[in-house]
Amino acid sequence: MTKADVQDKLKEVFSHFHGEQQELIPLLQETQARFRYLPAAAMREIARFLHMPEATVYGVSTFYAQFKLTPLGKRIVRVCRGTACHVRGSSKVLAEMEKQLGVKAGETTEDREYTLETVACIGACALAPTMTIDSETYGKMTTKKVAEVLGDSSKAG
Amino acid sequence: MTAAKPGSNHQRTIFICQGTGCVSGKSFDITAALSRAAKEQGLAGVNVDFTGCHGFCEQGPVAIVEPDGIFYSQVTVADVPEIVQSHLRDGKPVERLFYKDPVTGEAIPHHRDIKFYSKQQRIILRNIGRINPERVDDYIAMGGYESLKKVLKEMTPGQVIAEIKRSGLRGRGGAGFPTGTKWEFCHNAAGDQKYMVCNADEGDPGAFMDRSTMEGDPHTVLEGMTIAAYAIGATEGYIYIRAEYPLAVKRVRLALQQSEEKGFLGDNILGSGFSLRIHVKEGAGAFVCGEETALLASIEGKRGMPRSRPPFPANSGLWGKPTTINNVKSLATVPVIIARGADWYAATGTEKSKGTCVFALTGKIANSGLIEVPMGIKLREIIYEIGGGIPGNKKFKAVQTGGPSGGCLPESYLDQSVDYESLAAAGSMMGSGGMVVMDEETCMVDVARFFLSFTQAESCGKCVPCRVGTKQMLDILERICRGEGKPEDMDILQELGQNVKVGSLCGLGQTAPNPVLTTLRYFRHEYEAHINEKRCPALSCTSLTSYFILPDKCQGCGICLRNCPVGCIAGDKRMVHIIDQEKCIKCGTCLDVCPERFNAVLKVSGETIEVPAAPVPVTAGKPAAAAASQKE
Amino acid sequence: MSDITLTINGREVKANRGMTVLEAAQAADIYIPTLCHYPDLEPYGGCRLCLVEIEKMRGLPTACTTPAADGMVVTTGSAAIDSVRHASLELILTTHPCDCLECHRRHRCGPYDVCLRHVAVTDRCVTCPANEDCELQQVVDYVGVHKLRIPRDTRPREIDASNPFFTIDRNRCILCARCVRACQEITCIGTIDMSYRGYAMKVSTFGDLPLIETDCGSCGECMVRCPVGAMFPKDIIRPEREVRTVCTYCGVGCSMYLGVKDGKITGVRGVREGPVNHGRLCVKGRFGIAEFVNHPDRLTTPLIRKNGRFEEASWEEALDLVVARLGKYRGDEVAVISSAKSTNEDNYVMQKLARAVLGTNNVDHCARL
Repeated sequence: MTKADVQDKLKEVFSHFHGEQQELIPLLQETQARFRYLPAAAMREIARFLHMPEATVYGVSTFYAQFKLTPLGKRIVRVCRGTACHVRGSSKVLAEMEKQLGVKAGETTEDREYTLETVACIGACALAPTMTIDSETYGKMTTKKVAEVLGDSSKAG
Repeated sequence: MTAAKPGSNHQRTIFICQGTGCVSGKSFDITAALSRAAKEQGLAGVNVDFTGCHGFCEQGPVAIVEPDGIFYSQVTVADVPEIVQSHLRDGKPVERLFYKDPVTGEAIPHHRDIKFYSKQQRIILRNIGRINPERVDDYIAMGGYESLKKVLKEMTPGQVIAEIKRSGLRGRGGAGFPTGTKWEFCHNAAGDQKYMVCNADEGDPGAFMDRSTMEGDPHTVLEGMTIAAYAIGATEGYIYIRAEYPLAVKRVRLALQQSEEKGFLGDNILGSGFSLRIHVKEGAGAFVCGEETALLASIEGKRGMPRSRPPFPANSGLWGKPTTINNVKSLATVPVIIARGADWYAATGTEKSKGTCVFALTGKIANSGLIEVPMGIKLREIIYEIGGGIPGNKKFKAVQTGGPSGGCLPESYLDQSVDYESLAAAGSMMGSGGMVVMDEETCMVDVARFFLSFTQAESCGKCVPCRVGTKQMLDILERICRGEGKPEDMDILQELGQNVKVGSLCGLGQTAPNPVLTTLRYFRHEYEAHINEKRCPALSCTSLTSYFILPDKCQGCGICLRNCPVGCIAGDKRMVHIIDQEKCIKCGTCLDVCPERFNAVLKVSGETIEVPAAPVPVTAGKPAAAAASQKE
Repeated sequence: MSDITLTINGREVKANRGMTVLEAAQAADIYIPTLCHYPDLEPYGGCRLCLVEIEKMRGLPTACTTPAADGMVVTTGSAAIDSVRHASLELILTTHPCDCLECHRRHRCGPYDVCLRHVAVTDRCVTCPANEDCELQQVVDYVGVHKLRIPRDTRPREIDASNPFFTIDRNRCILCARCVRACQEITCIGTIDMSYRGYAMKVSTFGDLPLIETDCGSCGECMVRCPVGAMFPKDIIRPEREVRTVCTYCGVGCSMYLGVKDGKITGVRGVREGPVNHGRLCVKGRFGIAEFVNHPDRLTTPLIRKNGRFEEASWEEALDLVVARLGKYRGDEVAVISSAKSTNEDNYVMQKLARAVLGTNNVDHCARL
């Protein structure tokens, strides 16, 4: 992506904002929604737009778990590691998912198809252990269902 | 049963739960299918509608048909034609979909007869499941915004504060500070601009009561917030919601818009001269932002790091201005207190903890879900009567209250009253209301490790005890779970935990050691087993468990061998299979796949089972002497 | 003007409204250990060493963040305080090289001595640029931590040596955030900030770039506030004595101490009482003085050109020559160029000389050229 591309996309994002410091987090959220991550060039532009130091933007971007500094995969797999899921065996689901995708939690597969993440709680505790692929939720997971769920999602995509 | 006559269907409404739990069970599709089917069948009098979370997520997706009061559980799209034809058209409820009592197995058709509901007392969740959360008129029909009218027309801010103080309402976000007093501080603080903030950054793993409230009854939160803003004199408000709750964000935004259109928000509300604007801020994934000063920093666009108090936000909060921060549940309670009076509210609960509390009941429990119970209820009543007990005939081991920073209480505390003081005395806390039940298969050392791994990862890093202390404690717990614990570890954990608790800057660090300290207190023998005997009594810690194939039971069928992911099982047809303990990764696949009628795989901890060094012919079923002679 | 009175450790102490408990204690010469506090930075409350007990307040508040109030009763040491303080300090030390702490020879050992305990060079206090000038050492001595019961984290962390004047060695960093706060509050640039969170938190520039690739002005305000030697100047020579002077670089007039050893300037530090700069200096003042003062090409006497070559002369000789030659010109024939390195007063006198004595308005200044 060239600098001009970044600027074009950002111009549109900036048009919804006033340039106040308190807008930093919503701005980063919207930027990430456009780029699927936060490119360094975009963070620099945001710092300029909000009249704040670049290091501050970087500090905020790295503080919050939502923000990613590297491009995400096409599909986001989130395995819930909430308490309810933990006591019902989510660590095994996560281990199986890591094995199947060949990446650790927080990483993206080499072909950029999947990003595997853990999430503190998706709030569907009664369906524990749960996981999501993009906006689809899968409940009462077992290690055996992992391959099934992945196959299901690649068909859907 | 109130089976309506066929044809008299014009009164019926079917409410499908559209809380996040049921939505993951495809309740959007079910709603759509019902609407379509009702139209195709020409059932003009039947309404298909949806509600927020009913709380009974275990049975989701759930649907209720009113006015019959019939409760359907675990509905699927495939069930839709039958519901429409049999019940909605012909008035014959579908018995197959009734909820079945986990103990007696009896089918219970009516919502009100289900123990999960009948033992509850719903104040905060009063409307949830009964109204469509996306329609303000539904809320108004339930008496919504009447309290706001009363406050603006008949009461001064001082009277509102006095009423809330008299009700004894305490903050439902964790610490339990009296809400009225909090408002009073802010009301009395000098400042031209004041802010009202709703803390909806529910980040506890295993807790979803704030989410359900916002998804199921967003207007009550807005009404409570507007009353609070009037009491403290704020003209700007913020709702800080986790971005991981997209449905809650959507419904709150919609409610804001509706509320403004109706004149309950905005300039000169209901002609009173009082104005309030509420903005939604989405959190970006940091548990620590549930702490009020960190939350304020995050609203300001900064790293969500807490700061020392005093000064308290009541005097110096958002942008240095007087600010009140209340939890979703506290605010949802406010309209009821105004409507029904402080005395009515204070009649429920204990001397120091008034009213009701909401718990997200999860873990090893038959009826997972969202419950609201009066303060002072016994843990036993929650777990066994509302929760339906432990599934699978397993034995209760512990209950953890208060989210990841709460304590784990053993069976001897089951008759403990649930209120702020009693839980704190037991080493746990009310917290924001997570309640996780654990059975005999749960290892308490692993549970302590699990909770600490969460709080450690969520530490903001500002203060030393929390940043480094939780890391050191976690390292020790991980070592113990790996079987590398040392006898002095328990003392170090105890001392370090205590110091982290006292020395940390904010509530996160001050409570993070609770699970460790309480498990050390109540389940010390499990730590000792891990450290001294290298044994995990719950057979849960992978490094301390091993799998053996029992030579006298193995039939040599080869299923385990074929399924072993690392090929560490040796054997042949009609030969006793052997697991190579060096290569085994302890995934448990062999145990899962071994046919039940053989039951030849055994999981043990801290002991070894005698097995032959190499596969030998199967002896299972042969006389014992033959089996013995085969052994080396 | 003292307007409030509080009791600290049973002693009545006068303080000013607006002071923190820590400031009130310090003003009364009562020591409270701290590592993240710095007088001209906003309170932080991160190191948790200044915990005290205050009557009618819950728990152990930090002295550095709690405003002093009239009638407050403060205790700075108790079993409860000592326990937490000791634990916090021990935790700080698990992230900082401190193997010399356990050694009874610590104060007798020099950087070139062979360590009999085979401690790695990077883990020894005596080889640290901040040795003997280290706030952590002082606090450790006060609190009395001699042995760690918990393991030290020895995983290597990044070192940034890209800046020509000072180095950041994160292996020694205790995350007190003084440097970050200095960069934001004092210099108002914000080149560095805290990034990541929790145990992974660190001091970093945008994108973890080397300092040299950022907008860092190398003023070193961060470095001088570092309590432990995680930020240190590249040239470190301990001075024998210090001479107070005013910076000659520009007309601001920053007060500074020149560290001197063997007749040479070894380093510069700002004078906190300096009315203009309150101890602050810029890159030139802090790092640029020794170089030009000690430079072999620097002129130390006037030079007069004789027979096409510059020859050393005395001041009398030189001034006589200037007076004699200048006297030949009048009015606009003369132009005067003044220097930014002179003080305002000197520059004023210079233009006075030009206008009133030489009779010319051709006055200019090097800063405009």
